[in-house]
This record gives sequence, structure tokens and C-alpha cells, in this order.
Amino acid sequence: METPLTANISPDREPLDITGYERAGGYRAVRKVLGGMTPADVIDVVTRSKLRGRGGAGFPTGIKWSLVPKDVAVTGPHYLVVNADEMEPGTFKDRLLLEGDPHQLIEAAIVAAYAIQAATAYIFLRGEYYPAERRLRQAIGEAAARGYLGANILGSGYDLEIHVHTSGGRYICGEETALLTALEGRRAVPRAKPPFPQSSGLWGRPTVVNNVETLCNIPHIVNNGAEWFADLGLGDEGGTKIYGASGRVKRPGAWELPMGTPLSELIENHAGGMRDGYALRGVLPGGLSTSFITPENIAVKMDYASVEKIGSRLGTGTVIVLDDRTCPVGMLRNAEHFFAQESCGWCTPCRDGLPWVERLLAGIEAGEGETEDLDILEQHVGLLGPGRTFCAHAPGAMAPLASGLKYFRADFERHIHDKRCPWA
Amino acid sequence: MSIIHIDGREFTANPQDNLLQVCLSHGFDLPYFCWHPALGSVGACRQCAVRQYANPEDKTGRIVMACMTPATDNTRISIIDPEATGFRANVIEWLMTNHPHDCPVCEEGGECHLQDMTVMTGHTYRRYRFTKRTHRNQYLGPFIKHEMNRCIACYRCVRFYRDYAGGADLDVQASHNNVYFGRDADGVLENPFSGNLVEVCPTGVFTDKTLSAAYNRKWDMRSVPSVCVHCGVGCNTSVSERGGAVRRILNRFNGAVNGYFLCDRGRFGYGFANNPNRERAPAIRPRGGAARKATKAETLAELAKLPGADGTIIGIGSPRASLEANFALRTLVGAEAFYAGVSAPESRCLAIVVAGLQSGNVKTPTLREMEAADAVLVLGEDISNTAPRIALALRQAVRGRSIEIADRLKIAHWQDAAVRTAAPDAHSPLFVVSPAATGLDDIAAATCRAAPDDIARLGAAIRHAIDHTEPAVEGLSEALQALATRIAEALAAAKRPLIVSGCGLGSEAVLHAACAIAEALSNPERVPGLVLAVPECNSLGLALMQSGSIEGAIGAVTSGGAATVIVLENDLYRRAERQAVDALFKAATTIIALDHVPTETMAKADIALPAANFAESDGTLVNGEGRAQRSFQGVFPNDDVQASWMWLRDIAAAQGREFAWQSLDDVVRSLAAAIPAFAKIAQATPPGSFRIAGSRIRTQPHRYSGRTAVDANRTVHEPRAAIAEESPFSNTMEGYYGPMPASLIPFFWAPGWNSGQSLNKFQDEVGGALRGGDPGVRLLEPDGTHAHPTEATPPAAFERSFGRWLVIPRDRLFGSEELSAMAPAIAERIEPPSLSLNPEDARSLNLRSGDAIQAGFGAKLVQLTLTVAPELPSGVATMSAGLPKQDWLALPGWATLSRAEPVP
Repeated sequence: METPLTANISPDREPLDITGYERAGGYRAVRKVLGGMTPADVIDVVTRSKLRGRGGAGFPTGIKWSLVPKDVAVTGPHYLVVNADEMEPGTFKDRLLLEGDPHQLIEAAIVAAYAIQAATAYIFLRGEYYPAERRLRQAIGEAAARGYLGANILGSGYDLEIHVHTSGGRYICGEETALLTALEGRRAVPRAKPPFPQSSGLWGRPTVVNNVETLCNIPHIVNNGAEWFADLGLGDEGGTKIYGASGRVKRPGAWELPMGTPLSELIENHAGGMRDGYALRGVLPGGLSTSFITPENIAVKMDYASVEKIGSRLGTGTVIVLDDRTCPVGMLRNAEHFFAQESCGWCTPCRDGLPWVERLLAGIEAGEGETEDLDILEQHVGLLGPGRTFCAHAPGAMAPLASGLKYFRADFERHIHDKRCPWA
Repeated sequence: MSIIHIDGREFTANPQDNLLQVCLSHGFDLPYFCWHPALGSVGACRQCAVRQYANPEDKTGRIVMACMTPATDNTRISIIDPEATGFRANVIEWLMTNHPHDCPVCEEGGECHLQDMTVMTGHTYRRYRFTKRTHRNQYLGPFIKHEMNRCIACYRCVRFYRDYAGGADLDVQASHNNVYFGRDADGVLENPFSGNLVEVCPTGVFTDKTLSAAYNRKWDMRSVPSVCVHCGVGCNTSVSERGGAVRRILNRFNGAVNGYFLCDRGRFGYGFANNPNRERAPAIRPRGGAARKATKAETLAELAKLPGADGTIIGIGSPRASLEANFALRTLVGAEAFYAGVSAPESRCLAIVVAGLQSGNVKTPTLREMEAADAVLVLGEDISNTAPRIALALRQAVRGRSIEIADRLKIAHWQDAAVRTAAPDAHSPLFVVSPAATGLDDIAAATCRAAPDDIARLGAAIRHAIDHTEPAVEGLSEALQALATRIAEALAAAKRPLIVSGCGLGSEAVLHAACAIAEALSNPERVPGLVLAVPECNSLGLALMQSGSIEGAIGAVTSGGAATVIVLENDLYRRAERQAVDALFKAATTIIALDHVPTETMAKADIALPAANFAESDGTLVNGEGRAQRSFQGVFPNDDVQASWMWLRDIAAAQGREFAWQSLDDVVRSLAAAIPAFAKIAQATPPGSFRIAGSRIRTQPHRYSGRTAVDANRTVHEPRAAIAEESPFSNTMEGYYGPMPASLIPFFWAPGWNSGQSLNKFQDEVGGALRGGDPGVRLLEPDGTHAHPTEATPPAAFERSFGRWLVIPRDRLFGSEELSAMAPAIAERIEPPSLSLNPEDARSLNLRSGDAIQAGFGAKLVQLTLTVAPELPSGVATMSAGLPKQDWLALPGWATLSRAEPVP
């Protein structure tokens, strides 16, 4: 089984420095691209690989790049922004890549920036990722010293600067347009789309925002080809995926596995199954803002299409496991507290709807719930749905609630009937 | 034009508009908060949800926000769709989770957009049972009250204050449902347009503190259409009255003059009208004796003894009095004996302005045209202080470049956040050439600081660079030459260039230069814009009467030619040197003064007559654009106070002369016949005989309450309605209210729309002109042929004089205008008189910022506080001008400067 993304990563040591990285085959993609591929060639191979964004939305990366206007003279400078904000609760896959192999990301950023003809790239890094920041800065320095960054890279005439920007720390900064606004030094409020960042992004210039894991695939696709990449997956979707698991499993962690690895295999084989005395009640497959998968669907293939078919989303592919000794209402109350607090405050449904949801859940958990509360919660699931709010924050917040109300309704009703939490 | 389908019916729409705009323009009641016609769409409140269908076959559709959806051809939407309707009610329910429901004690109540929208959506029953969040409110200065708990977070305040008006000290803080709109700490809101927050805020977060001081509901106030008297722009206002006092000023939309916004001087300057120290009865003061109050009859008997128009009586008019008042005085004393009541230098400047508006192939633009300018030169005028509303328009003009970029990216203009994001650093070129820093410097492509003569020289160099047949300017520095070339290139490349100047510096050379640049830019394809700011609300109207200056008037008396002087709404001590005015008082045998504010001239006059102010009389003013606009009476004094023209008519009648003026319309007719410049003046507004279906327009809302009790502390009788013979207004609750001529709209109100946002219902299309066109009539249009009378050679370069400084007047938004300075709220904002020098000059005098400094203008000594202004040219000082208690000085003028001992 190939694990291209994590091949250089070992938990027991510092990441490879540039010499080690080069020795392991690093920067070959940069040499190849700058040595004779046009930006269109790069976009073409990435498009053919059918790589889909690993940040959660799954948008085809090659298509995203191809939407960038080609004439820099008319549009002004282009930008590549690496979304390394990884604020999704239960998600720590990008951290693994950032801390474990920073040169891989830098190489990927060079190739991607070349493909969209950006002369500047920003890595928008989650503020708390201190080791990642240190390692990235170190690696950028090394890369620049070797001539992989700066002016006239490897004599190709192509210039690129990479800057690391550490986030002030809001969940909404992971939303690509809010990220851009924050990067400009303004309040992290999302932007209306259209215009899309590819035409009017950072400082109004054409910009591509890519997730860390997405980008890390790029050097390997360039080196090994689109077909190789497509063959890595178990099903229709290509590549590998860094899956993770948290909750009361025996071995929480993150693993690079073929795209489409079944959820049951992930939990049983890699996470070691449930801890003794705990039974699995549900799984959030890709971070807190995805819908529950129940035990009957545990064999689902963890790729975009299969997870969507059973009413959830692959998201970040890092699963959160709910066990039978944890109150689902409490778990959802905690989740909605997070989402309510992280609302940027821009649009009414999200800003004022989520706190109401949170208070209803807190009330139910405290034994003060009323039967009508479930109706109000159900209504919010629809009212905070896609199109009704300004961005995807509130719809994301409703995903676990909607599925929770569906699958754990009896638990909600028991709270209200007994006027107490059965788990308390 | 596109065709869109709303609930199965076809409507035409402009595809450049969004659906909300289109729905509102077609009369649909679609609720909204964050959208504003002048601010565009941002999609924050989610209130204007509708269902959109992809095609006729699509029965499912999807919920979209009307304000964020373009009105492209074949758009199909439903407003009445149950889910969309329900969603809109839910938005209100969410907003209400934290709104305090304090309508009974909230000053917005009764004219609250949130109330209107709540009723419109049908949300009535409250399901949220948890606690509300609370905020601490801030002190924001004398104009605005802050009550953050009412906030529904529509973001309009910060979008207006920061994005539109360029303010920096109000922002949104914190996040989620704890967002807070305020300053970083308590303090006065600094932006000169802060008062608009009162109207921009859809609920009671920002309310009018001056109204609050003697609060009344909208429905309990009489309102009339009025025109601001606090500068020469002539913004249209709606004045509200109760109990004989002006209670507040609101913006009255006029797309050609002020659009949606007023400056703070205009909004809060009305306080002078309620001055309790004002004389309300005639006063007769025997020479050397004390004044005594007199009855009207007694006074008129005294006035009957005045000479006729025989050369022994002169009249001094006023640029802050109506055309009719000035014309009445001119008629009473004779045209030859009528003086304009402004200084000779100001008269000369105004003559250039009048010529500038009438000559050549240039146009004085309307507000809309100013906002569309694609290159602007501000030459020697501190427009932010002398004509602030124009400065706000220029702030929008510089956005032109970013809108071009948005066009290229196919971003609709109403997509406000996207347009601003697309080109954050793109400004259309705006150049500011002035002696000192101005309020537009932050958006200027380049600024240049110079003495007035050097400004005129730079102007001449710009003209030469545009048109090489014009004379070059010798001896200009390389840097200035380069700047002139740069400015000339930007202006010449523009499709709609705009030159802005004015009388602020008192420099004829600067005005000539501005006119000449505009002239040079004109060609068969391009009519450049020329804005020349005039000092006061009727400066231009008075200038059109082409009368002598105040120096002329003083000379006429001190030379022994005339012995009797009638002074109309004019404090001579603000217009001429103290010595000269004192000499006038000494030489004249009788001085009659008419005014509505207590002034030194009124206090010294032999006979002082209580005149009506702008709110107590009908009158016509001519703004800097040359637009004649009528303001109407809303306050009805029950004593001897009456309009100046009535006093003057009564004097004539007492003398046995018959002016045959029963109404203002009679005066207007005489004026139009007497002076050709005013031939069109009657078109400013319908005549007093105007009726709709036999009815007058009512100025009190139909819910007006307590009219039988309003005077109960004085009399138990219901006051008689003050109905003028010839007026389109009933001045009561009775009468017509509905579609009406734009110049007569007393207040904005429509069924279901109690707030000022009901303006939508009075416009052709939302954001467009009022139905029937923008109020007022332009008296002056360029004839297209006569070139500007410009001086052939620019002045010599400014040379500093060692030991003396050229002191240049500096107008202040708060304080330099006489009437608003008497308003308590404005008075709080007036800074003490100061003189500014550059640091080197200050050092040479061994003085620092804050030190007391003495300026000697010949024998006249003035004490001020020094401020250091790094940008000032060497040898030039600026001095605050026209502040209360500041004597008039001939500025610009040379002065010696020295340290003064601080006055204890």
C-alpha cells in the first residue's frame, strides 16, 4: 500500500530537512515543472488526476485552478493561499503533514503557484500550531537558500515568495473567503460568491485557496502521473486520504489510507475498535459539521460519493465516534455551543439562530426542555439550511443536529419527559 | 430592460439592478434591513428572502435573497411563497431574541423601520424564552445617543460611517451575537456626517440627542419642507416643530443636491432658532438711552417717519436672508441704495462665481454628476469645512475607478462588499491643492500645500499643461511643474473631469484659475464640471442682485450721504472691521435692524425688529449650484415675530407706499419681473394657491395628538390653526397627504412605512429622483459662448516676509457659520480660536503647540492658541475664521506674530 503523503513522516523525530527531503526524492516535482512544463500542462495533469479538495468541500482542484484568468498583465498579481487553518473540531490531519513534512507542502505550493502564475503564496496557519509554524519557517528558509524560492527559481525565470501568516484564531477563518478577508487584515467575515476568489480574491486579485492535504498530493501527481494517482483509491475516487479517529476508540490517531477505505475498517483495524465497555452509537465522518452515520452504515466506503449517498459528507475524513455512555444531547449542545460562539455575526440566521439552538439544547440537557423545543430545533435545521445563510457555517452546524434529532430522538424525548439527563 | 416575473405577473426591470430594488420600485412591500439605496447590498440580514424558480417548469425553486440576486431577464420569483414568507417572519423572530422590545420608551418608536418590518412579516408571537444579551452604551458626543441593546446588527452604521463617509472611529467589535457597534472608548464621534446614523440605523440604536432633549414622536410633530441655512450647498431638509419650537431636522431627499445625507452642521445647527434670549418684540432705543419694548403699531408709527427712497436711506442685505427679504429691502430703499451686506473682497469673489456659472462650456454639476466625476481637482477650497456635503460626494466620486474594475470582473455595482473588495486600493484621481490639510487628503492621489497665490500659479500651470496656447507660468519649481503636468494629464484623460474651488480663501486669483482650468478642459465632446463653493445659504442669490458691498454702505453713511440704515438679518460686526462698523453707527442718525438672533448689531440698533427665521417663514434661497429652492414655514409665532419681507412691506405701508404684497408669491412675482436673473424663480415650487383635489397638503400627521392640550399650560383654549391665506399647506392634520409635487413633501410617510424609509414610495424608482423631478429650479446655465473673464497673467509667486506672516482664513465646520454656532449642540463642538504655523516657523518664534500667540494686524491685536501644522508652507499661517466673538478681519492678511501671555 502506497502512502505518498506520509512516506517521509516519522513520529519519533524532527521532519526531514531539505537535504533529507531532497535525498528522499523531494523537489523533483519543482524541477520537472520548472524544467519544461507549462502552467497549462500542470493544470492538465492535476485535472486528469481528478484530485478533489481535501478541506471538506471536495471541489476538483484542477478545475479550481483552471478558472484563474490567464493574463496577469490585465488582472494584476495572482495569489496562492494555503489553507492551513484546520479549525474543524476533531480534525488533525493537516497538522500531521505540516509538522511531519513541511518541505512537501512547500514543494507543493511552488508547483501550484506556478500553475496559476502566482508570484506570492501565503500559508494561513492555525494560530495554535506552534511547532508547525517553527518548522515551516525553517523549511522556507532552507528552500530559499537552495534557490527553490525567491527570484528566478532554478534559473527558470519564475519568482515566488512564500509567507507564513498565523491566524488570530476563529473557526470562520477556515472558510476560504473569510480567510482572505482576515489575511487582508480585516474582520474575518465571509464574502458573497460570486465573485469567486479565482477572479477577485486576495486584495481583489485572482486567488486560489487550497487545503494543505490537497496540495501535498500535487508533487506526487506531477512525479507519477494522473493515472497512478487515480489507481491509489479503492473506488472511483483516486489518491490516498489521511483519515483520523477520535472519541472512545482504543487507538485514536490519523492514518494515510487509500481513498474509499470502509469506515468499519478504519475504526476496527486502525483505531483498534471501541474501548472496552463502550459501544458505538454513531460517527461524525468528517469533523463536527457533518451528519451522523449510524452503526447500520458502518461499512460505508469513506469517499465523497459513498458518504454522500447515505446522507452525510466525507468532510475532512477525520471521524468523531459517539459511544453509548455519552449523552448525545450533551454532545450536540457542546457542538452547537462551539458553532454559536464561532459565528462571525454577519448574517441573522446564524448569529441569532445558533445561540437559540444552543440554549434549547442546554435546557433539554438540564431537564428544562419542553416538547415544543424539538419542533423549534427541527425548524432551525431547515431555516439555517443552505442558501438561507450567508455562508456554509450554519448549514454545517445543522448537520450533526439534524441527524442527531433523527437518530437519537428517543434520547431527546426522554430528557424532556424525565426532566433530567439520563446520563447524568 | 428585462422582464421579470413576480408571483406570476410580468414586470419590467433594469437588469443592472437587484431584485429587492426592483420589487420595491414596483411597489411590493418586501422587507429589508441591511440594504440601503445609497449603500448597496451585502446580504447580511437575510430579510428579503424570496423563492426563485429556474424556469417556468421549475416548481421547487430555491430561497434566495432578493438584494443579492440580479434582475436578469426572465427571472421568476415569488414573494408570497409560504416558505419565503415564513422565513422572513423567522428572521424577525431571530432579531427579536435580543431586541429589548422597549418601543414605548424608545425614541425611534413610531418611525422605526424595525417596527414596520416586524408588522410587515407578520411575526407576532414570541417563542424565545431565554435571557437577552445586554451591552453597555457609549457617550458619543452632543449629537447622538447610543442604545446598543436595540441593535439588530444590520451593519448599516459601520458601512455608512466607514465605507461611505470615510470615518474611522466607529466600528464593529466582537463577534457572534455579541457584535458591538461603537467606538473603542466613549467619546465624540468625529466624522462630520455622524448624524446620518440616526436615519441609517433601522431602529433606535443611534438617535438624535437634540430631539431627545425635548422629545416628541414623529406623529406629534408638524413638519415642513425646508432648505438648510448653514452653508451654500442648500441641502433639502424636513423641519419638525411642536409647541412653537424646532425639534429636529431630517434629511429631505433631493437627488440633485443632497441625496440621502446631511452633514452634522446642517442637522444639528437648528438650535439657534429656539434661542430663549432672542427678542420677540420690537425694541426702540433712544440714542444714549436704554432700549424699551414697543408694540408693533407704535414701532410702525415710528418707522413711518423714515425717509423714502431718496438717497438718504440705505439698506444692507444679507446672504443668510431669503431672496424675498433682500428684494423687499432693495425695493424699499431703491436698488442704488441697496448693499449686499458682504465685504468687498467677498463680493468680488462671488462675482467671479456668478460669471463662472454662466460662461463658457462648463457646467455646475448636480450631486449625482459630482459623484460620477472621474477626475477631480480641488483647488484652494477646504470643501470639507465650507461645503461638507460636496466633500461627501467627492468621496463617492473617487470610487469610480474601483467600479470600472468591478465592471471588468462582472460584479454588479450594487454588490457593495464585492466591489469594495475587488479594488481596495483603486481610486479615481483626486488632487487637493490647499494651504493646509483637508478632510479629503486621505483619498487624494496627491496633495500640494501652498499659499493662495502659489495655488493660483499652480492652477495656471495646469491650464497651460492642458492647453499650451495658454500662457506658461515662469519660475515654477520642477516639482510643482511636474505636479501640474500630472494633474493636467489626469484631468485631460477624464471623460467627466470636475474642478472644485470656492470663496474660502478669499482669493480671486484662485477662483480665476479654477474657472480657467475648467474652460481649458472643455471641448465639443466634453463639458467639464465646475463647483465653486459659496460661503452662505443665499450668497449666490444675493450676488445675482449685483449690489454694492458693505464697505460701500459704510462709505455712503460716513461720507454724509445717507443717514438712515436698515440692516437686514446681518451682524455687521461679522462682515467688516469693528472700527468701521462703529463709525457707521456713529455717523448714522437711525439704524433699523431686523433679525431673529441676538447680535451686536441688533443690540445697538435704534430700532430692532423681531424677524422670523427660516422655520418661521417661507422663503427662497439660491445655492451654489444656482438652484433656487423654497423653504416653508413650520413654526407659527403668536407674537410680533414675522418674516423680514413683511416688516419691510409694513414699513412701506406705514409710509403710505403700497407694495401690494399680500403673499410671498406676490414678492416672488415682483422679483422675477424686476431682475432678469430671477425670471424662472417661480418654478422653484408650486404657488401658494396650489391645491390637490381642492385640499391643501397637511403638515401634521393624521395621528397628531394633544392639539387641544399643547398650550394648556398657558391657555385652555384650543389654539387657532395658523392657516396662511396663500400656502399649499394646511399646517394642521386636515388636508391631503399622498403623491404630491416633490418640493412640497413635508415628511415621508406611507401606509405600513412609518419610518423615513418610506421615501421609497415617493421615488420614481428606489434610489432615483423624487416623482416629478428633483426639487428646485436652476437659475443659471452656461451660455456656451462667453469665455470666463480670466486674468491673463497669474499672480507673482508668494514670497515670505520675515517677521510677518500671511494669515489665511480657515473655516471650521463647527463655529465658522454664524447661525449654527448659536445652537447648543454645535457650540459644544466648537474648538477655541487657533492659529497654525509650521514647526519651523513656530520654533523661530520660540513657541510650541498650545502656547498663547498674539497676531498683530496693524493696530488690531488678536490672541489665539497656537497649533503646529507640519504641512503649512513657510511664512503662511492659518487662522480659524468666523468663530463666535471673533472680530472680522481682512483675511488673507499680513500679521506680526509673538508670544502672548495666556489670558487667565
